[in-house]
Amino acid sequence: MIEPFLDNEFMQRALLAGVLLSALAAIVGTYVVLRGLAFIGDALAHGVLPGVAIAAIVGAPILVGAGIASVTMIAGIGVITSRSRLSNDSAIGLLFVGLLSLGVVLVSSSRRIAGDLESILFGEFLGIDSTDLIMLAVSLVIAVVIVSATSRALLVSSFDEDLAQAMGFGVRAHYFLLLGLVAGTVVVAFQAVGTLLVFGLLLAPAATGALVASRIGTMMAVATVVGVISSYFGLLASYHFGWAAGASVVLCAVAIFFVVLFGVKARDMVVRRHV
Amino acid sequence: MTLDHAPKSSMIVCAHHLSVGYGTNVVVAGIDTDLVAGGSVALVGSNGSGKSTLLKTLAGLIPPIEGSAEILGRAVGETTAEVAYLGQYHRNALSLPMRVVDVVRMSRFDQRSRWRKRSRIDDELVDEAMRAMQIEDLALIPLRDLSGGQRQRVRLAQVLARRARLILLDEPTTGLDAPGRTAYLDAIAREKSRGAAVVIATHDVSEASTCDRILLLAGRIVADGPPGAVLTPENLLETFGIGLARVGDRLIVTEHMHNH
Repeated sequence: MIEPFLDNEFMQRALLAGVLLSALAAIVGTYVVLRGLAFIGDALAHGVLPGVAIAAIVGAPILVGAGIASVTMIAGIGVITSRSRLSNDSAIGLLFVGLLSLGVVLVSSSRRIAGDLESILFGEFLGIDSTDLIMLAVSLVIAVVIVSATSRALLVSSFDEDLAQAMGFGVRAHYFLLLGLVAGTVVVAFQAVGTLLVFGLLLAPAATGALVASRIGTMMAVATVVGVISSYFGLLASYHFGWAAGASVVLCAVAIFFVVLFGVKARDMVVRRHV
Repeated sequence: MTLDHAPKSSMIVCAHHLSVGYGTNVVVAGIDTDLVAGGSVALVGSNGSGKSTLLKTLAGLIPPIEGSAEILGRAVGETTAEVAYLGQYHRNALSLPMRVVDVVRMSRFDQRSRWRKRSRIDDELVDEAMRAMQIEDLALIPLRDLSGGQRQRVRLAQVLARRARLILLDEPTTGLDAPGRTAYLDAIAREKSRGAAVVIATHDVSEASTCDRILLLAGRIVADGPPGAVLTPENLLETFGIGLARVGDRLIVTEHMHNH
């Protein structure tokens, strides 16, 4: 159970990355779940692919490409949510599919990075180096500071946007701040779990927290614990069975969500029978 | 700033040639009205008559299209700390893992700087509001586990805990049972006696009759005055498209307007 982590430095780095990522994803994912931004967040996660591809083709840092793509995606969402005559979901869905397609076309048309497609889409959890760890730790600190400073506005906006605006909180500014946090998390996390799976780590632990918690702080704590457990067992499964590490971690997190969901439903049924 | 510490001004709301609506689409035009401290007015009309739109404009959620609306002598939206707003129910609220007491405390968030903890005054106002709506026993229950009527009481407690000088309520008695309705009416009477001005949007004429004044809306102001003077069969026919007449505490339909 613990030997792979004691004997292998790459497993230790991967686990530490998993812990940092779990805390970061729990903080940001909690507000994604509370505000019902799962679809936009997923679109944002997938929308970084063309930026990553272009950066790889021109030899620029991947993170810069992912960052630029995220900002472009947020700007696109801003235009759509303020001017579109379509429902936001339809327009954002099309933007998401369009950017994902563009990313795949770019990757597949470039011999230089075609072989890297799998690692871009599904990440390289076991290839995490110390630079990645420092970046994750710095990102976590930044997220903690931003969320601590704006938690009241984020919370009231999640509860009721009209109430938040009537209380003088800048609803739209905090909406984009939250999208920025999601984008930042995606950018620093996609190297571990890939663009297709990064949102699973943002959503599944936080959604599990929402099922069992009756306070926001508890929800974040539960989400962090679920993320850490998923990282541990996901990496362990990857080590023993040769499964893709990022996918194994996300699979664990999603499995925990469904186990807790059914557990909560069963408990509610029992309680109802006894009332 | 809370009511107790605020400089008192008798004029709370003053609207002049006000047109409200969404974008360039005017819903109600030519509103000239005011509301003094301790007064209450009910905005009454059928669906789409503009009562919620006017309420949202006063809450600073949508800008006036024409004319001016001032709260305590300042443009709407500039006095948010002095205003409490109860809008229509937001679906997201149910999914939040929050206890009742946390939801009520939320309404004090803008009354202190981010890094300051809750004050004794915050706690007292929250406790008082929960007592007023008779939900002290529900304090530690998650909001999502409550019935619709109980949740409405929580939202009304949120409004009361703000200790605002202007209270704006959109369909405040939705889902309330008889004791809840009584608790709400008592609480509003206390707020008024403290000097708060109250504006209620409702389609319920009986509920509107509890206010000092009624503004009948049908895309414009049909009538503005005390309930006894405003609730005439002619005005109600123009407002709702059906003739209503008061018989004791009840309203009965007397005729239907065609082509309304």
